[in-house]
Amino acid sequence: MKIGAPKEVEAGEARVAMTPDSAAQLQKLGYECAVESGAGEAAGFSDAAYKAAGVQIYKTAASLWKGCDVIAKVRPPNETELGRLTAEKTLISFFYPGSNEALMELAKDKGASVIAMDMVPRISRAQKMDALSSMANIAGYRAVIEAGNNFGRFFTGQVTAAGKVPPAKVLVVGAGVAGLAAIGTSTSLGAITYAFDVRPEVAEQIESMGAEFVFLEFSDDELPDGAETGGYAPPQSPEFQAKQLEKFREIAPDMDIVITTALIPNRPAPVLWTKDMVAAMKPGSVIVDLAAERGGNCELTVKDERIVTDNGVVIIGYTDFPSRMAAQSSTLYSTNIRHMMADLTPEKDGQIVHNMEDDVIRGATITHKGEITFPPPPPKVAAIAAQKREKPKELTPEEKRAAEVAAFKAQTKSQVTLLAIGAALILGVGLIPGMPASFMQHFIVFVLSVFVGFQVIWNVAHSLHTPLMAVTNAISSIIILGALIQIGSSSVLITILAALGIFMAAVNIFGGFLVTRRMLAMFQKS
Amino acid sequence: MENAFTIAAYVVAGILFILSLGGLSGQESAKRAVWYGIVGMAVAVLATIIGPGQGLWPASLILIALGAAVGYQLATRVEMTQMPELVAIMHSLVGLAAVFVGFNADIMINYVDAIYEAEGLVLGAVGEDGITAIGLPREIHEGLSAFGQLIAKKSAVEIGILRVELVLGIWIGAVTFTGSVIAYAKLAGGSSLLPFKVDTGARQLPGGHMLNAAAAALSVVLLAVYLSTGGSWALIVLAVAGLFIGYHLIMGIGGADMPVVVSMLNSYSGWAAAAIGFSLGNDLLIVVGALVGSSGAILSYIMCKAMNRSFVSVILGGWGGAAAGEQMAVEGEQVAIDADGVATALNEADSVIIVPGYGMAVAQAQQGVAELTRKLRGMGKEVRFAIHPVAGRLPGHMNVLLAEAKVPYDIVLEMEEINEDFPDTDVVIVIGSNDIVNPAAQDDPNSPIAGMPVLEVWKAKQVFVSKRGQGTGYSGIENPLFYKDNTLMFYGDAKASIDTLLPKIG
Repeated sequence: MKIGAPKEVEAGEARVAMTPDSAAQLQKLGYECAVESGAGEAAGFSDAAYKAAGVQIYKTAASLWKGCDVIAKVRPPNETELGRLTAEKTLISFFYPGSNEALMELAKDKGASVIAMDMVPRISRAQKMDALSSMANIAGYRAVIEAGNNFGRFFTGQVTAAGKVPPAKVLVVGAGVAGLAAIGTSTSLGAITYAFDVRPEVAEQIESMGAEFVFLEFSDDELPDGAETGGYAPPQSPEFQAKQLEKFREIAPDMDIVITTALIPNRPAPVLWTKDMVAAMKPGSVIVDLAAERGGNCELTVKDERIVTDNGVVIIGYTDFPSRMAAQSSTLYSTNIRHMMADLTPEKDGQIVHNMEDDVIRGATITHKGEITFPPPPPKVAAIAAQKREKPKELTPEEKRAAEVAAFKAQTKSQVTLLAIGAALILGVGLIPGMPASFMQHFIVFVLSVFVGFQVIWNVAHSLHTPLMAVTNAISSIIILGALIQIGSSSVLITILAALGIFMAAVNIFGGFLVTRRMLAMFQKS
Repeated sequence: MENAFTIAAYVVAGILFILSLGGLSGQESAKRAVWYGIVGMAVAVLATIIGPGQGLWPASLILIALGAAVGYQLATRVEMTQMPELVAIMHSLVGLAAVFVGFNADIMINYVDAIYEAEGLVLGAVGEDGITAIGLPREIHEGLSAFGQLIAKKSAVEIGILRVELVLGIWIGAVTFTGSVIAYAKLAGGSSLLPFKVDTGARQLPGGHMLNAAAAALSVVLLAVYLSTGGSWALIVLAVAGLFIGYHLIMGIGGADMPVVVSMLNSYSGWAAAAIGFSLGNDLLIVVGALVGSSGAILSYIMCKAMNRSFVSVILGGWGGAAAGEQMAVEGEQVAIDADGVATALNEADSVIIVPGYGMAVAQAQQGVAELTRKLRGMGKEVRFAIHPVAGRLPGHMNVLLAEAKVPYDIVLEMEEINEDFPDTDVVIVIGSNDIVNPAAQDDPNSPIAGMPVLEVWKAKQVFVSKRGQGTGYSGIENPLFYKDNTLMFYGDAKASIDTLLPKIG
């Protein structure tokens, strides 16, 4: 089968869904590759480079759509493009089926299979094809760079001959993939970075990236559980939101750069940075709103534009951050596509097997064989482990005492029972008619020794169990005494057996003790 | 039979033995404790040799010296990984010695009986008070060996008890002997010195445990026959039955259950000695036998508890009945990683816990592991070892191997000490262990090992599992740990894996 990547039709879109590198990998899966002439030009991949990688070049988009079985794209297709699909073709691209229902209907009517890269389920196995994450990573990085471009000072603090420069203070709101990438970029540029997220469990990730987590004082059970919503942050309660805004208002005057990345699936972006917060910021501060596509986290954000407020704060509402780094994002996106193709081609024979039993493929497919398969059923594997909420109940002193008393009583009871049984058994032995006293004398010794043995052995350290076995082995050769007593007998048979006994026991005595000593000598303290 | 001095020496020896076992509560005191044991044994043997009734003491000394030479060879040549085999084969010697001594006692009874008959008297007949036995004429009595004199003084009831005791001694000794030999063969596997090969899996003759039960029932019948007739043939058949039980019982138990088996045989060898002590009227034998017997019993108990299984089910072989229901399906895939990846993670980690298992012993990887530990500790990282009670093939086996490789014992921790620290640990390396880190024991009520206490390694941030391949290991139980997101598989022979890893650390 042939995979083709057309030139993106959307104005300003510089990315391309296939690079010469990914084409080479796709060919290993048994596919032929093709691109529309000039498809990679804006991302820095010339037609010549594609040709060198064995990729066929189509002059026009129409001929490419006609000649290829699988079309890989970046942006959602427009109606013209969908019109070129037929029932045997497969389209792989971002689609946002939730907000593009008309296009989805059209694709269904065409009977083509459409795989939406933005619908890849968030499970570990699918990470390699999670294009949203790889694009978000780029957006987070680019957001910091874009902010730096508009910020008139250094990120890092410096003491120079010309005076002291304070470090920039950066706040990142939302520690998803983009947020974490922004944190990493910002800290490595030397800024003091703060980060906030409604999911307390990401505090550790934030701190591991070198930022400081902005804590809200809130009780545990009021906090949302990210595990229930597939790893995304869920909507929050009004009280929580109020508290959150209050915290932001408190720190707003200190922040030089604010990068907001908060998104909730299938909802407008929450407003987290209000007008009064912007007003409280210093002139020259920069806000980068990565949620601009969905209305923005900042009240003043204008989609796709850079504005300057009356008090001199720059607010950036671009939505094309990945496209601004087209070479990088094309490389990552084409790799995501390539992994998706690898999963679709289990035999590596260049034939697509559209396995709707597979969680990942099922989740990403939105139309298949003339039917709409969106939304997918929930994945069988949870994205992240459910959090454990139950905390051991704190016991009051009285309860503790009661529990201790109960435990003590239970212990006493079991001990007394055991003692009673033991005593009854021993007394029973004594009551057997005609039991000679000489036996009972030995019996006392035996019972007491067993008792002493039990008391002593319980204290032996677990780590010394092997030496314990070796030592007990050695001393169990005390049987040598029996043989020593018997060897003096006048009977030849007895003497021979006793001699053998002595020999074997002696092997054991020396072997056992020596090996114990060897082992114990090895135990060393650091 | 014994004069006061011998008995006094036995008291001293007994106390020394108790101290010797008690001293094993700590690594430092243990080094002293083993000397108590050695001195105790020396006192006991010397007192017996110079005591009354011991003829042939030069011969005894020569035999002891021969035994010493063999024992020395064994003890100094054995590899620490072979400790389970050594302990098992040494148990068999005690068992066999107990059988011989028991038979001697029977021969002696018959011998004394014959003397009585020659004198026209009856062994065991009692005098007018109904208790004291009618003895032999003085000159004949003096001519008997010490043990002969002891028997000659006994009444009929006492002779009966004596016979029960020696039957017990012989029977337990016989079970211990064959059981230990089979355990040795299973533990040694290919390197066994025995002329025959033994399958390391659980194998039984057709009839299974019914055969054991039949042999045990036969033994009881033979005991009755022996008591009523005193015929030595019954004793011999009885010993054969014991030998069969020992063989067949241990054949039916798989390699993974060997820690319990070895400690159980340890216990049996003690009880055999105690039973012989009763029949010889020797208190020191009784004391030591009881000490060893209870020690082995406690070890078996600890091992069973660590596997969450009843002693009976281990002894009766196999993993009990079939699981109560369908085991949970395992989701996900095993993701492999190479030495570079492991090295990077280790270089970045602050705290590392290593979980060794039998695989480390098999691959002889302990030196490499110790070297790895030294390097990581040299870099200021916290490195510790987590030892599950049943890791390896002998209680405490891993501790000995690590000690041999000069890993300091204060960083080698027990399960209870370390299990709560896993969530704060950056990297866990699992080397050659499987069931003891299986989360199914906690998560899956239908798992064959459900309820068994396990090391909660999966709570750590990152887990590397060094393993030969994708198989399920000894017990054949699927391990969901290998499929977890934070687990990466480091395939290959443990020793080779660690060796490729070492130069990359630092």
